[in-house]
Amino acid sequence: MASIIDIKEECALNVRDFEFTYKGASAPSLKKVTMPIAKNSVTALIGPSGCGKTTLLRSFNRMHDLYPGNTYNGEIEFEGRNILGAKEDLIHLRTKIGMIFQKPTAFPMSIFDNVAYGMRLQGIKNKTELNDRVEKALQDAALWKEVKDRLKNDANGLSGGQQQRLCIARAIAVEPEVLLFDEPTSALDPISTQGIEKLVIELKERVSIIIVTHNMQQAARVSDYTGFMYLGELIELGHTEELFVTPKEKLTQEYITGKFG
Amino acid sequence: MTATQKRIIINRLALAFSTLSAVIALAFLFWILAVLVMKGVDALNWNIFIYEGSPPGYEDSGLKHALIGQLILVGLATLIGVPLGIMAGTYLSEYGKSSNLAHVIRDISDIMMSAPSIVIGAFVYAIVVMPMGHFSAWAGAIALAIIMIPIILRTTDDMLQLVPGTLREAAFALGAPKYKVILDVVYRGAKAGILTGVLLGIARVAGETAPLLFTSFNDNFFTTDLNEAMPSLTVTMFNYAISPYDDWQQLGWAAAFILSMFILGLNILGRLILLAGKRK
Ligand SMILES: Nc1ncnc2c1ncn2[C@@H]1O[C@H](COP(=O)(O)OP(=O)(O)OP(=O)(O)O)[C@@H](O)[C@H]1O
Ligand SMILES: [Mg+2]
Repeated sequence: MASIIDIKEECALNVRDFEFTYKGASAPSLKKVTMPIAKNSVTALIGPSGCGKTTLLRSFNRMHDLYPGNTYNGEIEFEGRNILGAKEDLIHLRTKIGMIFQKPTAFPMSIFDNVAYGMRLQGIKNKTELNDRVEKALQDAALWKEVKDRLKNDANGLSGGQQQRLCIARAIAVEPEVLLFDEPTSALDPISTQGIEKLVIELKERVSIIIVTHNMQQAARVSDYTGFMYLGELIELGHTEELFVTPKEKLTQEYITGKFG
Repeated sequence: MTATQKRIIINRLALAFSTLSAVIALAFLFWILAVLVMKGVDALNWNIFIYEGSPPGYEDSGLKHALIGQLILVGLATLIGVPLGIMAGTYLSEYGKSSNLAHVIRDISDIMMSAPSIVIGAFVYAIVVMPMGHFSAWAGAIALAIIMIPIILRTTDDMLQLVPGTLREAAFALGAPKYKVILDVVYRGAKAGILTGVLLGIARVAGETAPLLFTSFNDNFFTTDLNEAMPSLTVTMFNYAISPYDDWQQLGWAAAFILSMFILGLNILGRLILLAGKRK
């Protein structure tokens, strides 16, 4: 039996009896996942490789819809509606729930255009507004000082860590409610990793964050809640300190003490 | 002799033989180029660009008609072939992917790439020249475009597929609709490769003679009327080269030289763009 903490505060997302099956797969990759995601806090997802962390994360912005034939079941509640509905406006949903990938995904355009991309998609053309919001986003992503003199340069000239912060700036520039991070530091050096972790903690004042990580220290450092997944199930969701110090489930205990995974 | 010694000897023989073959092949290539440059440069003069063709023996005869005709034919073929090729390549990479239809299109396009170009000329003769009742620049350009399309289609398809999937996902994750993802992100990422494909496609058709023989035909007169037969460098070269007149043969060399330099230039440019794109 899973042990899921009851979250008293407001929730950004509510996953209920959620099942996900990839096209052609014989069994679902996520089984009856029920998981509240607290607002303005960081929720970490941990678990061994292949347990379904990425699959769950990519369900929140319906990324799976890019590849036809997958099936969702159950419910993911966001802003009072089930976002798994057939009528859900995915373009709107994705402006509300942003995503940062494992490898930096700077577009082949200038630094400025990268950050402005999402805003331009929303039809913002006003030069001053774009300039202001690009600067603000870059400042919030702790990148402004490094790039303010070369906003017109190609974004691919930045280092990996800078590119990842650029992607964060690009995502927060459209002021989303939720940000999804899938192992955002696994391709980065320790210093850049620290920078991203600091950012994640700062950003939770404005957005709710879900972060997938293989690094348990990272989960402990940045998150308020941690979910442990195993073989497509959410085994335990709890306050991060409690989950790491006094796990309620035997599987969680075995995983965090390194007995498997 | 030990097995090792034997292997070393065979190795050396193979190396010597393949080096020799390469030298012979290159020697012919440079021989051709050398003759072309010598005869071509010799035959070059300003009159070539000023005067149209005239009967053999006239002082003021040139290649203006063929140069302009060539540019019009290749330009028109580019206008038709490039958009169609790029759109078809985009369909394959971004929409068709590995569907059956996409596979069939890729296979047919590969077959078309190796089809003898005179067959394409015959095809256009049947579907354009015959119904119209006369040769025309349109017919020539359509024949060239048909040869160009599979080249551009395949390079576009390949180059778009090289753009990482996560880049597309990142754009979708910001709420971009599919056409925006393709236009803003995928095309930009594949820009250099697509441009190279276009240049190589143009270079390929610029040297074609056979598909023009019975589509745009060849006149010795200057024209810009797309509904008329139109001269081209290649067919003019062919006609002049097989003529018994010395001055025509001279013009033929000049035409060969200009055409080769044009095609060489396009090829080098295409490769430079690809290199510059890769280095980034
Ligand atoms: N595109 C796909 N098609 C079919 N099955 C998939 C696909 N992607 C993932 N799976 C399967 O779904 C399960 C969960 O995969 P997922 O990528 O979510 O794991 P993960 O927890 O993110 O692992 P990792 O830590 O290695 O990133 C795995 O069994 C995997 O084989
Ligand atoms: Mg994963």
